[in-house]
Amino acid sequence: MNNMLQVQFGNITFQNPVIAASGTFSPDFEQHFDLSRLGGICSKGLTLYPRAGNKGIRIWETASGIMNSVGLENKGVDLFIQQDLPILKKLKDKGVRIIINVSGSTEEEYLRAVELFSKEEVDIIELNISCPNIKGGGMLFGMTSYAARELVRQVRKITSLPLVIKLTPNADNIVKIAQCCEEEGADGLSLVNTFNAMAIDVKKRKPAFNNVYAGLSGPAIKPIALRMVHEVCQKVKIPVIGIGGITNGRDALEFVMAGATCLQVGTANFMNPFSCARIIEDIENFLREEGIESLEEIRGIL
Amino acid sequence: MAKIIFNREIDKNIYYLKIAGNYQGLMGQFYMLRGWTTCHPVLGRPFSIFDLDEQAISFIYRVIGEGTQLLSRLRKDDEIELYGPYGRGFPQAKGKIALVGGGVGLAPLYLAARELRKQRSVEAIHTYLGFQENAILIDLFDKVSHRLAIDIGGYISKMVDVNSYDYVFACGPEEMMKAIVEQKKSERPHIFLSLEKRMGCGIGACLSCTCQTSSGNKLTCKEGPVFPGEEIYFE
Ligand SMILES: Cc1cc2nc3c(=O)[nH]c(=O)nc-3n(C[C@H](O)[C@H](O)[C@H](O)COP(=O)(O)OP(=O)(O)OC[C@H]3O[C@@H](n4cnc5c(N)ncnc54)[C@H](O)[C@@H]3O)c2cc1C
Ligand SMILES: Cc1cc2nc3c(=O)[nH]c(=O)nc-3n(C[C@H](O)[C@H](O)[C@H](O)COP(=O)(O)O)c2cc1C
Ligand code: FES
Repeated sequence: MNNMLQVQFGNITFQNPVIAASGTFSPDFEQHFDLSRLGGICSKGLTLYPRAGNKGIRIWETASGIMNSVGLENKGVDLFIQQDLPILKKLKDKGVRIIINVSGSTEEEYLRAVELFSKEEVDIIELNISCPNIKGGGMLFGMTSYAARELVRQVRKITSLPLVIKLTPNADNIVKIAQCCEEEGADGLSLVNTFNAMAIDVKKRKPAFNNVYAGLSGPAIKPIALRMVHEVCQKVKIPVIGIGGITNGRDALEFVMAGATCLQVGTANFMNPFSCARIIEDIENFLREEGIESLEEIRGIL
Repeated sequence: MAKIIFNREIDKNIYYLKIAGNYQGLMGQFYMLRGWTTCHPVLGRPFSIFDLDEQAISFIYRVIGEGTQLLSRLRKDDEIELYGPYGRGFPQAKGKIALVGGGVGLAPLYLAARELRKQRSVEAIHTYLGFQENAILIDLFDKVSHRLAIDIGGYISKMVDVNSYDYVFACGPEEMMKAIVEQKKSERPHIFLSLEKRMGCGIGACLSCTCQTSSGNKLTCKEGPVFPGEEIYFE
């Protein structure tokens, strides 16, 4: 039915390009729509060991965006595999691609987490080298091409699962980092994670967040994310997942025209729990109206 | 999108919002409301279900900041988005029950009183409402309570003999809820509190509403907003 929406991401076929982004979605959205309609679903950022996350306020609004400082609260890989993966596997059986977002503080932690998932039936490992909300590790691996190259090289050695690297827009030169990941054998890239940002509670004369800085996402970042996806797509051959402020079908199509193969929808899920479903419908309607047979026709046309 | 039946200011900065439609929900559950179609404000705002039947759902809210200001401007027949019902509400209860509300914290207690009254195992419902200046909605609460006590300008928690009840459901300022929990001296009163935390999604995805409890981090939106009183660590 949705054949015209089908996309090929390297060796993996997605029934449509829309993926629910890490940290912004959960199987509980089934309350609102049939999740088997999704192209893919991305897990919360997982670390080898459980993490309690950050203290203090974790979410703060700004004009057309939000800042978050969740700090990768998660139950750790073992418990996730026991408790949550079975639910995702049911979706996988219905054709939804399962993407596991892995983070860590040290190279060793990343490697052991990826190793554990390599024994599981998941479709893609998304290596999160871009989380701005944890001290040490996380984004540090994505800030310089040296660190990114080292990590991707080591992870590549231990897993045959498709490996997507999630990049941070906070790096000096995101294109260079993208190229390093490609050279080290990454199967794809996803960009962008959140922008390092800040908010101040003027009455308290203190930063809104205990960690001072937090990650900005939502419609506010879309034009910058789009430019970055465009730049990266010019310079790499591996497929790219476009992320950043995608809220409707038009936004999604912009990312496709800039070169993205798949898309992730994050903050928009908070604005409207049907966002992913609506975006899929919007894209399909656009293709029909414009007489386009597949997204391939409009991908990277600019 | 749903249509507004009325959005009435019932006291200074406090509104009674009624929306048409056959919505689901249990006592203590909440909805995320968006009274705007733009992407600013980005997040919906969580509000407890005040009342509900097959034709309509209603909420009581206080104007705090931008989101509630936008809500307060809506008129009859305007459209609004609401998503839910979310969360785990009040549990089934029996025996003698106290409902304690401070300010707009009374919102989830009306549906609770209505639901509890239908249960045969419930012997009595005593409602205690505390206000800063004016009492609101007392006629409604009077109809669904066996006894109704009102306090204006003081501490409503002082009027409640917590240990004489089998169940105490409370919602309001943190000090009020803390004072209720601190009164507990025996096994008898089962205390349940409805908490407020900043929320991103309302549905358990974003982890921005975590609260610390004696059994570890819990998601206020999914595992709450109603928690057993003794589990809560007050800040
Ligand atoms: C489960 C639940 C049920 C609630 N039920 C009611 C109710 O029935 N009636 C009522 O008047 N209020 C209720 N609240 C509080 C209500 O959600 C806030 O007053 C409202 O979100 C304020 O929004 P604002 O844009 O006007 O304020 P702003 O301060 O401008 O909001 C900024 C951000 O902080 C959040 N925020 C601010 N205050 C609170 C708060 N107390 N709790 C949670 N988030 C907050 C907002 O949602 C928004 O994301 C409830 C809160 C929760 C969590
Ligand atoms: C509350 C929240 C939690 C997030 N958690 C993660 C995470 O665990 N791992 C990750 O790689 N990205 C995480 N992200 C980033 C999103 O996946 C996405 O890259 C970013 O929000 C930009 O997309 P958007 O503008 O559509 O939200 C999180 C974002 C938000 C808002
Ligand atoms: S509000 Fe998102 S997890 Fe509770």
